[in-house]
Amino acid sequence: MPADNMTVPSGPKPKKTLSAHNIILYGVVGLVCFYYLLPLWVMVMTSLKGMPEIRVGNIFAPPLEITFEPWHKAWFTACTGLNCDGLSRGFWNSVQILVPSAIISIFIASVNGYALSNWKFKGSEIFFAILLFGAFIPYQVMIYPIVIILREIGLMGKLGGLVLVHTIFGMPILTLLFRNYFSGLPEELFKAARVDGAGFWGIYFRIMLPMSLPIFVVAMIIQITGIWNDFLFGVIYTKPDTWPMTVQLNNIVNAVQGVKEYNVNMAATLLTGLVPLVIYFVSGKLFVRGIAAGAVKG
Amino acid sequence: MTNVSIKDLTLEFGSLRVLDQLNMEIAEGEFLVLLGASGCGKSTLLNCIAGLLDVTEGQIHIGGKNVTWEEPNDRGIGMVFQSYALYPQMTVEGNLSFGLKNARMPKDEIKRRVDRAAEILQIEPLMKRKPGALSGGQRQRVAIGRALVRDVDVFLFDEPLSNLDAKLRADLRVEIKRLHQRLNNTMIYVTHDQVEAMTLADRIAIMKGGVVQQLATPDEIYNRPTNRYVAGFIGSPEMNFFEGSLEGADAATFVTGGVQLPVGNYEFSTEKAANAAVSMGIRPESVVTGELSSKEPFTATVEVEIVEPMGADTLVWTKLAGVDFRFRMDGTASVAAGDKIAIGFDPSKGSMFDAKSELRL
Ligand SMILES: Nc1ncnc2c1ncn2[C@@H]1O[C@H](COP(=O)(O)OP(=O)(O)O)[C@@H](O)[C@H]1O
Ligand SMILES: [Mg+2]
Repeated sequence: MPADNMTVPSGPKPKKTLSAHNIILYGVVGLVCFYYLLPLWVMVMTSLKGMPEIRVGNIFAPPLEITFEPWHKAWFTACTGLNCDGLSRGFWNSVQILVPSAIISIFIASVNGYALSNWKFKGSEIFFAILLFGAFIPYQVMIYPIVIILREIGLMGKLGGLVLVHTIFGMPILTLLFRNYFSGLPEELFKAARVDGAGFWGIYFRIMLPMSLPIFVVAMIIQITGIWNDFLFGVIYTKPDTWPMTVQLNNIVNAVQGVKEYNVNMAATLLTGLVPLVIYFVSGKLFVRGIAAGAVKG
Repeated sequence: MTNVSIKDLTLEFGSLRVLDQLNMEIAEGEFLVLLGASGCGKSTLLNCIAGLLDVTEGQIHIGGKNVTWEEPNDRGIGMVFQSYALYPQMTVEGNLSFGLKNARMPKDEIKRRVDRAAEILQIEPLMKRKPGALSGGQRQRVAIGRALVRDVDVFLFDEPLSNLDAKLRADLRVEIKRLHQRLNNTMIYVTHDQVEAMTLADRIAIMKGGVVQQLATPDEIYNRPTNRYVAGFIGSPEMNFFEGSLEGADAATFVTGGVQLPVGNYEFSTEKAANAAVSMGIRPESVVTGELSSKEPFTATVEVEIVEPMGADTLVWTKLAGVDFRFRMDGTASVAAGDKIAIGFDPSKGSMFDAKSELRL
């Protein structure tokens, strides 16, 4: 009898949907969402309007006449420096920087972390301490020495040079990440694999890798967003032909000559931000799992 | 014939000396149990034998070969861990065959061995499952199977039953014993559980602080513990100890707290010394109560303080010669706190230790 449920406590406790607590909670969540989504809304709407409409109108209003012209221009014909082939050039540059940097840095760092946590050698603690120290040195200190190094080895201004820089700068934090993750895996598993005759690489590929998907996802997100969003290294170590997308975006948005084309700027910004955005949406769940993964049970 | 022999083994972690000049000979087909409190170096010793730790000093020989510098997989050992350590992303079959594949064994030989192990351990229906879908007992069977397929002479177990509940532990204990009877290979088994040690072992090595205190058959360890630590460690409830001294012309009486215990028939393993300070240990099991107690060389009447019924028997706490004295009674006996009970025992069947050196007299 439902009436009983109301009077005698029995079975699941009835939940109040409209309690003061809930109203405050959802109210705050809604407000925060609104606050963060507003700029995005403005950007998307502006990028879909023509210039006349922008001059007239309210920035919050949806476009009266939807046009994809700004997107087309941002991608194919916007001028940055000497080139007038839009963001597409920077996009492909960024892809060519991102893919090798992310793969190489994550691979090396994961092997480092694995070796440091499982194959302790004489001085491995000191090695790790030095590596960690590297994470705290400000980038600015190293900019000029790296310019010289890249020039000496002939990679200055080339995509390969930037790949090298990203790989090296990702190393301390990624190694720390992997070392801590691998240290959290049961040590007896590693011992069992050694008794079973698996070597350094055998254990890495056949035992450790399959257990580490979450942490690889975390590392990938860190690297993809970090490298894609990088502006400083890109602007210093490349030249107009090899500029990554972020540098190109800056040049489009900060162009001084001509009229300010807000709609093109908005479209270009959205295009540049698309990659990290997609990564977050695709891997959000895995990311959370990886961050939370400390205790992995077999 | 000796199968595993450990010579002057020392192991240090930095400045911490965990094993100190340890020597041990283990015969072929022997079931040796390493027993000791947690942190005494049992796992460390086992890891040294397995080759998972580099020794600081000394040698390890297996099957007559010096394997001190060999890799774990070249030593002819299989190992079973407390946490099972199954590879979570592989099926049971994959777990069993992983080591064999690493050794590049032909496919049909791998299949033959895996099938045999599965048959012995009765895990055939589980072969396609992953470890996550197995119960604790099943996981430990698979872990044993992983050692079994290697077809080695020496099995190493590191507290394999500690993560299981009491009933499963008793079941698997019997199975390990059965396995040993069937395969008859050398087994070195680490545990902190004395019941496992007593029931499984051909010989038990009792360790403390990285040093072997006594290495002997369960019977010998139980009845003739070599020092006071071993005497107190083995047996549950713990042995009753009295501090006193040997008196009389031929040191035939042990005097403690005004009570005289006749020890004329005690088998001394050292020279008798009168007036020396001695601890005397009496096992709770060797105390007789009721009518029969009057036939024992020593009798007394004691007052019951606490009764702990345990089903098959009942543990009774009293005081004798001013110290706590525990003994067992039949589970059907009706006793209550405050009762007066006649007890008797033969002090000559107890154990006596030098109070200073704590060694058996
Ligand atoms: N990797 C290690 N580094 C430093 N000390 C260790 C290490 N492994 C074990 N020890 C220490 O060695 C002693 C013996 O450990 P262990 O052999 O694991 O004991 P147990 O008898 O419980 O198996 C303990 O005091 C432990 O703290
Ligand atoms: Mg241990």
